[in-house]
Amino acid sequence: METAVQPIRQKSATPARTIKRRLIEQRYLLLMLLPALIWAALFAYLPMVGLYMAFVNYQPSLGDFWNQLFHSEFVGMYWFDYFFNNGDFYIIMRNTLASTLLTLLVSFPAPIIIAIALNEVKNAFFKRTVQTVSYLPHFISWVIAANIIVTVLSSDGIVNKLLQWLHITDQSILFLQEGKYFWWIVAIGNTWKEMGYSSIIYLAAISSINLELYEAAKVDGAGRFKQIIYVTLPHLKPTIVILLILSLGGVLNAGFDQHFLLGNGMTQEYSDVLSTYSFRYGLQNSMFSYASAVGLFNSVVAFLIIVIVNFSSKKLNNQSLF
Amino acid sequence: MLGKSNVSDKLFDLMNYTLLCLIFVVTFYPFWNILVVSLNDATDAVRGGLYLWPRDFTLASYKSIFRNQELLGSINVTVLRTVIGTPLSVLAICMMAYSLSKRELIAWRFFTLFFIFTMYFGGGLIPTYMIIKSLGLIDSFWVYIFPGLIGVFLMILVRTFIEQLPPELEESAKIDGANELEIFIRLILPLCVPVLATIALFIGIGHWNSWYDSYIYTYKPELKTLQAVLVKILNQFQTGAMVSEADQLANSSKRTPVSGESIRMAVTMVATLPIILVYPFIQRFFVKGMMMGAIKS
Repeated sequence: METAVQPIRQKSATPARTIKRRLIEQRYLLLMLLPALIWAALFAYLPMVGLYMAFVNYQPSLGDFWNQLFHSEFVGMYWFDYFFNNGDFYIIMRNTLASTLLTLLVSFPAPIIIAIALNEVKNAFFKRTVQTVSYLPHFISWVIAANIIVTVLSSDGIVNKLLQWLHITDQSILFLQEGKYFWWIVAIGNTWKEMGYSSIIYLAAISSINLELYEAAKVDGAGRFKQIIYVTLPHLKPTIVILLILSLGGVLNAGFDQHFLLGNGMTQEYSDVLSTYSFRYGLQNSMFSYASAVGLFNSVVAFLIIVIVNFSSKKLNNQSLF
Repeated sequence: MLGKSNVSDKLFDLMNYTLLCLIFVVTFYPFWNILVVSLNDATDAVRGGLYLWPRDFTLASYKSIFRNQELLGSINVTVLRTVIGTPLSVLAICMMAYSLSKRELIAWRFFTLFFIFTMYFGGGLIPTYMIIKSLGLIDSFWVYIFPGLIGVFLMILVRTFIEQLPPELEESAKIDGANELEIFIRLILPLCVPVLATIALFIGIGHWNSWYDSYIYTYKPELKTLQAVLVKILNQFQTGAMVSEADQLANSSKRTPVSGESIRMAVTMVATLPIILVYPFIQRFFVKGMMMGAIKS
């Protein structure tokens, strides 16, 4: 016993001294980390503490936020029950999932097709021009994109003119005023904005394919189309799988901008998703606790989805995102 | 056999070029159309049917934008936040990446997880709003700079880059007696220029494009960013208000009455143009940046 204590005390003394020495040694590194630490504490972790709002009945008044928060009446899961049982839950979840899944369905294949198509082009100038222009929508804000979409879909916009010219319809369709079109508008809008840019990753993957494989396929009598089916696509499969997993992780994050900017009173029943709903109740109707509860529900479920997706991808592919 | 495959190859090429031309038109035309409408006489534009060229060319819409104090002010705020916010963010992210690239840093694992966790979980809109409010950032210019100061994903990009630098460089600097601060300023910062340019670009475009923080955290009209003003114009256009914001803007410049549509297009163009103009010069950078991100994940 006696002999055992001695080394333990020495061991515990040494790390303490090392920690102090290391702190001094690494003072510049820690100093450089400081802005980021303060940032994370203030703008990431304090809001997480503020999530306590979802469990109380927070009444906005002029007092100090924290003081008021911790003196508010504790209501437990009341706001969550309220959300699940007032009928909005079904509509909001339907819209969120419909919007993201439809977007996934439309926007996922597009960059793959673009990358393959671009890869088959031999004219460098044409290839570069198409590439450059197709990346552009990614860099504009959703505000500008929404302006463009509203213009294109307006009653005398190009889409209506085209539909009339093709005799598909003889009257202008008011796309943005009817809920039934809304999910499609968001899905196609998202695709329009991101398809070119997302193709970069696939182009990179294609450029790593050994050219001899194409030669071999050609010798075997494969035409251009068959070369794509039997050489290009199999080599893209790992990239496709990773990106699909990544996008499944975001299935609850429908995106605030597009739903907020393109939606309006007439389409609200279809355009309201978790983020816009929380925005409306929190900042416009001042139901702070209720909106926090909706936001917390969103964050927790989104986080769980990411963890599950990551776990499954580790199991299935031996590839994990974090 | 050879002839048949030649024909099908030709057919393939035809389909392929058609598809790509379609993509070109779909991504390019909307921008062109906005330019056309914004350059057309406003009263004439109401007639519609403007597709490829302005019918009645005029710069009146642009002139009225640059005579409007609210819009001019918002352009000012947007430029200012981009110019101030971008270098601050880049510096903070780079310092953070350098520290976290050192595995021997005390509590390295804790710090890394501390930041990574913020990528996947957050307080959400309302608690964040309350914190911003209790920090006194409402109606302050700094609300544009501080809450978005760090991008953890961008930090990972920079850290990966730093980790790929040859360790001998740093070791020799250390032997010369340089401390980490000196190494960072004299060695790491210059070496990181390519990756820093990449993230500066992303951050700069983010600043230029952002409207949400301006929309919810500022009430003073003189603090509104260009995109936030554009949101207002879009909202009013969408709800079809009798006297729209755009019309008001138009009529505030008395000399040339301009209707809402052309003004909306001109403001959209002013918000888009800087991106289109810097875009050709920066394309190389972001493709490279995207590749780096791809390798990491």
